[in-house]
Amino acid sequence: MPLIETRKLSQRRDGQYILKNINLRVERGEVFALIGPTGAGKTTLLRLIDTLDAPAAGKIFFNGKEVNSSDKVRQEMRRRMAFVLQKPVVFNTSVYDNVACGLRWRGMGSKRIHEEVEGILKTVGLASYKNRNARTLSGGEVQRVAIARAIAVRPEVLLLDEPTANLDPVSASKIEELIAEIIKRETITIIMATHDMSQGQRLADRIGVLIDGEMVQSGDPREIFNTPGDRRVAEFIGMENIIDGVVKSNEGEMAGIDVSGKTVEAVTDFDAGAEVSVCMRPEDVTVALSKYSSSARNSLAGKITWTVSTGPLCRVEIDCGFPLVALVTRRSAEEMGLKKGTQVYAAFKAVSIHVIQRH
Amino acid sequence: MENLWNGLVKAVELIITLDPEVMQIAGRSLSIGLTSIVIGSLICIPVASLIHFNQFWGKRILVSLIQTFYSIPTVVVGLFVFVMVSNAGPLGGLGILFTPTAIVVGQVILITPILLGLTISALSGVDRTILDTARSLGASSWQVAVLVIKEARFMVVAAVIMGFGRAISEVGISLMVGGNIRGATRVITTAISLETGKGDIELALALGMILIFLALVVNIIMNRIQQR
Repeated sequence: MPLIETRKLSQRRDGQYILKNINLRVERGEVFALIGPTGAGKTTLLRLIDTLDAPAAGKIFFNGKEVNSSDKVRQEMRRRMAFVLQKPVVFNTSVYDNVACGLRWRGMGSKRIHEEVEGILKTVGLASYKNRNARTLSGGEVQRVAIARAIAVRPEVLLLDEPTANLDPVSASKIEELIAEIIKRETITIIMATHDMSQGQRLADRIGVLIDGEMVQSGDPREIFNTPGDRRVAEFIGMENIIDGVVKSNEGEMAGIDVSGKTVEAVTDFDAGAEVSVCMRPEDVTVALSKYSSSARNSLAGKITWTVSTGPLCRVEIDCGFPLVALVTRRSAEEMGLKKGTQVYAAFKAVSIHVIQRH
Repeated sequence: MENLWNGLVKAVELIITLDPEVMQIAGRSLSIGLTSIVIGSLICIPVASLIHFNQFWGKRILVSLIQTFYSIPTVVVGLFVFVMVSNAGPLGGLGILFTPTAIVVGQVILITPILLGLTISALSGVDRTILDTARSLGASSWQVAVLVIKEARFMVVAAVIMGFGRAISEVGISLMVGGNIRGATRVITTAISLETGKGDIELALALGMILIFLALVVNIIMNRIQQR
């Protein structure tokens, strides 16, 4: 039995569906990441799971028990979960009292609260701040207090909404380390919303992709990032090259796909005649000044239309009859003298291509 | 100007010499004002919380009505209490007319709209995320309400200070239902009114200054509480 299950869960706002028929199953001890662009409905889903809001339709089950059956059940279920909101707020009191409040509300004795809070403040690295007013802390420290406050109640399910959004890179990395440590140390189920797909990949056992209020794909991180189910997922996970084509032939799952008059070879089981989109990551495209023999089955001549350097990498846009984006190291780009107008060959392997049905 | 200066000198003299009658009047003003504000707060803060935390038909109208009564004239409240507690009134049997109790009743009625309205405003000013955070940490409705009042404490104490100011400075109620009886219901404001009528402007001014001084002391104490 899954610890958290939603069945056909929907939510409406201003007459519009912001979540549609969400069916989700999260097992005990699992770390599940909800990824998706801003406004996809991730926060709405977490709020529904934590029973902060009532759904427009559908049901939520906690360990098999329906959570929205009564106010009493809702509070009982909420006490088995903890939710760190996207923009966490601290109460206008000391760091210690902030972390202790959930335990006080559960009627725990002050001696035990003291032991628990002291331990948790050490875990999150805020032991020396315990007497400070929490409102005087920095953004990263406030996030730590919010996480400490949540794990203090020893929840069975920890809900995290964009835990590193709004933080500088150093604080974000510290918070991510803290979450990774909690995952290692505690036997806890985590549902985490993030728009940072690589964070989901790093922390989660399973990922669900939420786009426009729909759970468009869920599975293990490898599956999501290598074989996106549709164009929206492919775009979100960073497959910048999504080119429409038609399968011309397919022999033993090696297909020849016509893309703007050029043939691209790809491993896929789509039959001849299928209208598809060819997806590939820019880092899987190699750029050379002359045609050379390699294991890559595709080598297309083209002309560079744009180059831009971002840190140690250089993004190269090539017109091969269709636009193709490649990512090469800045050093290679300089050595080859890649610039607008340079004639190049773009090579990519048939297995690097993921083919999806065109809608 | 001379009157003002003489009034100031007399006020200092009356305070330093601890003039028995002035001390008695000031003490009565203070005790009646404090009793009113304590009773008013005990009633109004929970009621304001109930209004704020519950959704019901006519809530907006009720809040507007409460705000309208911020400026209710003290004589109107005095008249209402007089009618209620006079011998012929429905509460005449209580026998509280021309007693400090009647003044307290009137002052509580007077400050109720201010305490209710400003407390509702204070609670509305608390970030909604505070409520969600508390609920998500397992707080019951009652625990959420207590937390929100604590979060709004600066503004709630400001409401109490306002209410106290209104209570201690009113004259209409004290005069109409207190009767300005020497040694029984005479408070600073009614004494000022009487002394001015008698032509003793200096004493009236001195009493006025003592009243302001009392209000200042109470506000300083309240501010200390607020900043904790």
